[in-house]
Amino acid sequence: MNFVALRMLTGDRAKYFGLVFAIAFCTFLLENQTSIFANILRRTASQILDVTDADVWVMDPKTEYWDQTKALKDTDLTRVRGVEGVGWAVRLFKGTPVARTSTGKFAVSFLIGLDDSTLAGAPRTMLLGSWERLREPDSVVIDKAGYVLLFPKEPLRLDRTLEMNDHLVRIVGISDASPPFQSLPVMHTRYSEAVGFVGRERTQLSFIIVRPAKGVSPAELTARIQSGTGLRARTTKEFMWDCVRYYLKNTGIPVNFGITIVVALVVGTVVAGQTFYLFTIDNLKQFGALKAIGVTNLRLTAMILLQAFSVGALGFALGTGMGATFFEVFQHKLATRHIVLMWQCVGITGACIFFVVIVASVLSIRRVLVLEPAAVFQG
Amino acid sequence: MNSNSHAILCRGVEKHYGEGETRIDALRGVDFGARFGELSFLVGPSGCGKTTLLCVIAGLLDRNAGDLEVLGRTPDELSDRERVLFRRKNLGFVFQQYNLLPALTAAENVAVPLLAAEVPRKEALARATSLLSRLGLEKRVEALPSKLSGGQQQRVALARALVHEPRIIVCDEPTAALDHATGEAVMELLASNAVQPDRAVVVVTHDSRVFHHAQSISRMDDGKIVEVTRSGGSPRMENVEESDSFRKEVIQ
Repeated sequence: MNFVALRMLTGDRAKYFGLVFAIAFCTFLLENQTSIFANILRRTASQILDVTDADVWVMDPKTEYWDQTKALKDTDLTRVRGVEGVGWAVRLFKGTPVARTSTGKFAVSFLIGLDDSTLAGAPRTMLLGSWERLREPDSVVIDKAGYVLLFPKEPLRLDRTLEMNDHLVRIVGISDASPPFQSLPVMHTRYSEAVGFVGRERTQLSFIIVRPAKGVSPAELTARIQSGTGLRARTTKEFMWDCVRYYLKNTGIPVNFGITIVVALVVGTVVAGQTFYLFTIDNLKQFGALKAIGVTNLRLTAMILLQAFSVGALGFALGTGMGATFFEVFQHKLATRHIVLMWQCVGITGACIFFVVIVASVLSIRRVLVLEPAAVFQG
Repeated sequence: MNSNSHAILCRGVEKHYGEGETRIDALRGVDFGARFGELSFLVGPSGCGKTTLLCVIAGLLDRNAGDLEVLGRTPDELSDRERVLFRRKNLGFVFQQYNLLPALTAAENVAVPLLAAEVPRKEALARATSLLSRLGLEKRVEALPSKLSGGQQQRVALARALVHEPRIIVCDEPTAALDHATGEAVMELLASNAVQPDRAVVVVTHDSRVFHHAQSISRMDDGKIVEVTRSGGSPRMENVEESDSFRKEVIQ
């Protein structure tokens, strides 16, 4: 009887496609909104995640997230290096100077100062130039989005100059650094250069980034550093979640996105669920005839479940395809770069669609089970 | 009446809907029998209880009182599952509005009772196609119901009722939606294909023009059988139309 169920489902093309597209649209909306939400929050920790050399971050005990820093003392670096289990520990500077072009165009930028000798903490992907050129005096590497912002509609070119805090700096590389939450240009330079490009503060040590010695886990090392120095130490992942939590707690982002997601869920659920329920109601007479003919309730239940899960699976696959296409197109745009369809969002959406299908199936099955087959004789 | 010659036996069957002031007595002590090898008509005015009696016989509704035997069993005393299986094996249905599944072809519609009984699809379709050919629809086996005329749809419905070779066929107003010539043709097919020595056919109808196909006619009124006319051993009740006052009463 499975083929009868599927033929009943696909027999009325308009209803069938309506049903599939309702679920596909719901899937697309949910995957789209949850992925954008998650990716935007992830951007609050972009520069943390870009540092792949180190596993542990050390900071002032009161630091809550990336943008909130209080400078450490130079002696703190020595103290951290003295903690057992530290493989190496180097300085990392973070400042927000204004970068200005020769035409007068300017932008507040994230300037990250890397350890002079190791350049540890630099993002891995270079689009033009090389990290090694950071060893040249007054040199910076800028991300592509920052370059386009400061030099709009101009081709990517090295050795262009910027002015920062009365210093003339030269662009020696263009990177693919992850976009920060505030969409500011991201520049990397050596630590000793960075403090000069920002200046005016007595102490400049924003973070210490640490690689554990062999055999020591990052979690274990953070505990040791905290107890040994009194400084706050977090693993890269913990620090990322600190940032995400801070923005969730202190901004209106979750409320705005939450409303959209809830609306998508409610609209999608109601539209998809109701459409399937109405589909069953429209076919009640057919189910009544099948009951009269001698099709068991168990078989009818299986038929409805097959119909619901077929349409649910197809709609979900179609919606996910639409979502994947959307993100594939937009991740190559500058403003929406690195925003991808997250598998976790696909999973959550799949669970929601599964729930919708179950609810619609249960309601439909109930109607069919209580249907008196004698009703089929009534005109 | 005895249970050897009769496929269906009803004695004093009562059925009511609702309770108290809203109670409607649909059947008030019905005595009815349908013999094997006969085409039995149930006739009477609208609301007299014909379809209710048909549903009680088919095990689709429970009686409130009286005795009922269908092929020696009492359908409403069976469990729900047993009742469904009993119906699937022993009963074929022809509905007034055909009730074909619009998404299935004629052959697939006919095959549904076989598929419900777990007959492999290929075999079910082969048997359905063969039966449709017997009923003159060999060129329409792949047609959807929407592409068939009313008469053709009712023939498909008839094939669906016959395909699993049930011992009882119940037809509810099988010619009501058809013009006279088409209705006559459908009844002709019903009489020639459905009536067999080990099978009983019960037809509920208003259509007096097809009474001559019946071997017995039970007239119902106000929830009771008020008159039974038999053909007296002849295969058809040839003279019903011209001869008796019965028809006049029925069609009032």
